[in-house]
Amino acid sequence: MCSEGEFVSITAAILALQNDISQGPLGDTSINWILNVLFYVIFVVFIFYGQRIQTYVMIREVESSLYKLKYIKEEGRKITIETIKEIGKPQTDPTSRVDRFMEYFTIAPQGLDPAGIVWKLEHILDVRDTRFKDEVKLMAPSADETQTNNLENTLEAEMALNFIYKVIRHFYLLGKKTLSLYVIMQIQMILPMIMKEAEAYASALKAFAYGQPIGDGAGALVAAKLMHGYASTKIEKDCVIATVPFEGRTAFVIKAEGPGGNVGKPGDAVKEVIEENNGKIAMVVMIDAALKLEGEGLGEVAEGVGAAIGGPGVDQFKIEEELLKYHIPINALVVKEDIGDAVSPLRKEIVDSIDSVIERIKQVVKERTKEGDKIIIAGVGNSIGIGQ
Amino acid sequence: MNETAETKASAPTARISTFILMVVFVTLALSFAALIFAVNILDQNTEAAWILILLGFLGVAISTYVLFQTRRRLSKLKIIVPPVTTTIECKKCGFKNVREFQRGDYIFKEGDNCQKCNEKMLITAIYREVKDKEKEKTSF
Repeated sequence: MCSEGEFVSITAAILALQNDISQGPLGDTSINWILNVLFYVIFVVFIFYGQRIQTYVMIREVESSLYKLKYIKEEGRKITIETIKEIGKPQTDPTSRVDRFMEYFTIAPQGLDPAGIVWKLEHILDVRDTRFKDEVKLMAPSADETQTNNLENTLEAEMALNFIYKVIRHFYLLGKKTLSLYVIMQIQMILPMIMKEAEAYASALKAFAYGQPIGDGAGALVAAKLMHGYASTKIEKDCVIATVPFEGRTAFVIKAEGPGGNVGKPGDAVKEVIEENNGKIAMVVMIDAALKLEGEGLGEVAEGVGAAIGGPGVDQFKIEEELLKYHIPINALVVKEDIGDAVSPLRKEIVDSIDSVIERIKQVVKERTKEGDKIIIAGVGNSIGIGQ
Repeated sequence: MNETAETKASAPTARISTFILMVVFVTLALSFAALIFAVNILDQNTEAAWILILLGFLGVAISTYVLFQTRRRLSKLKIIVPPVTTTIECKKCGFKNVREFQRGDYIFKEGDNCQKCNEKMLITAIYREVKDKEKEKTSF
């Protein structure tokens, strides 16, 4: 707040300015009057049309991002089609099929009566998965299983880009049509985060196309490192398991089958192992990648309890149900990374953190179980570019 | 495969509405007029002249910024694919080889024979490295 003295001096300055404008050295010319009036007009315009001008500025900002999103989406589409042609060697041009694939949607089950909704959701997701795989096989008949999985991931990344573009375009056009500040503001406010995610998916597209491991595979990489050198067998669904001697205990190490892009169904795998051992499992340790907050270091390892698994929640539900049935304790270890790192090629910091995760698992197992116990170590995440 | 390849856009220009363009040019003209006027009255009324100079420069800065922003071409737009490296190790003698990622590489894939002991080498890591200048520096 300005004091009375300051106010008086500002008022005096404005009056002097007005005086100068009207009776200045240029004389009492019309240009001075025009300038004077224009200043008042601008002042009044900003009072009445300030919000409208703000809306225009925001629309411009969203428009600029929309151009960028359109470019990213188009580039992604090109990369996807080229990869399908290169790997799948289709007889016909896959462009129209890819464009149709971009518009696929999944309707979540009705939740008015939530009892049994998990199984309905699982069924819908299974149907979606089968449909996607079939589509990819039709698009790329020469692709092997690993390549099919990688192509499916590539298409899903392009689908995500297409969806982001369409949502932003929707709000942009709606904002332009209604000229409502509140319509455009809701998208403008979250635009930096959306752009970051879109750029991450663009980076992921190439990673998926070439089968490079991604940040989300941190958990799978830990499991792969533990089970490497031991015989592994397939387990439900799209997972592999190896029995590994671990600090005097027997560890059942589970991960999604690699090196194709695949997350498997760790829920089913954990359930199967617990049932096979009649619930005589001393502890379950889950390792996954977790979203970091700004300021947290990339590759930081954190420890806690609970089922560390993302996705729609079906696998988490199954694991929790099974653990409750036999009262098995569950510990979790997460590797911190942001969304960009999670879907783009594995960062060195994450690779370097893998050994410290293994050390933390050893520590947890030694502190919380006895020698001779059976434990489950589940490495959760996309196994793209990670063998076993 | 060129992992550092960058793709350029077809250089579309961001469109600009006539209304915004008009507002920008009017502001620019007013700002210049204010600056000229301020120079003329500087001897007679210094205080008022400085206010006008401030307003003039502010107007010029804002309108130039808006003009450059709207005329900015999207030709600079790129999808940057970071270089990814593959580390291959010999489990017997510890010989390590780091090379550019090639399609078909995956962690724990058996690679070529070791140059030193002729044993099968193993891909132990595939990663991308972000240079220090790209990392954000913060005091917290």
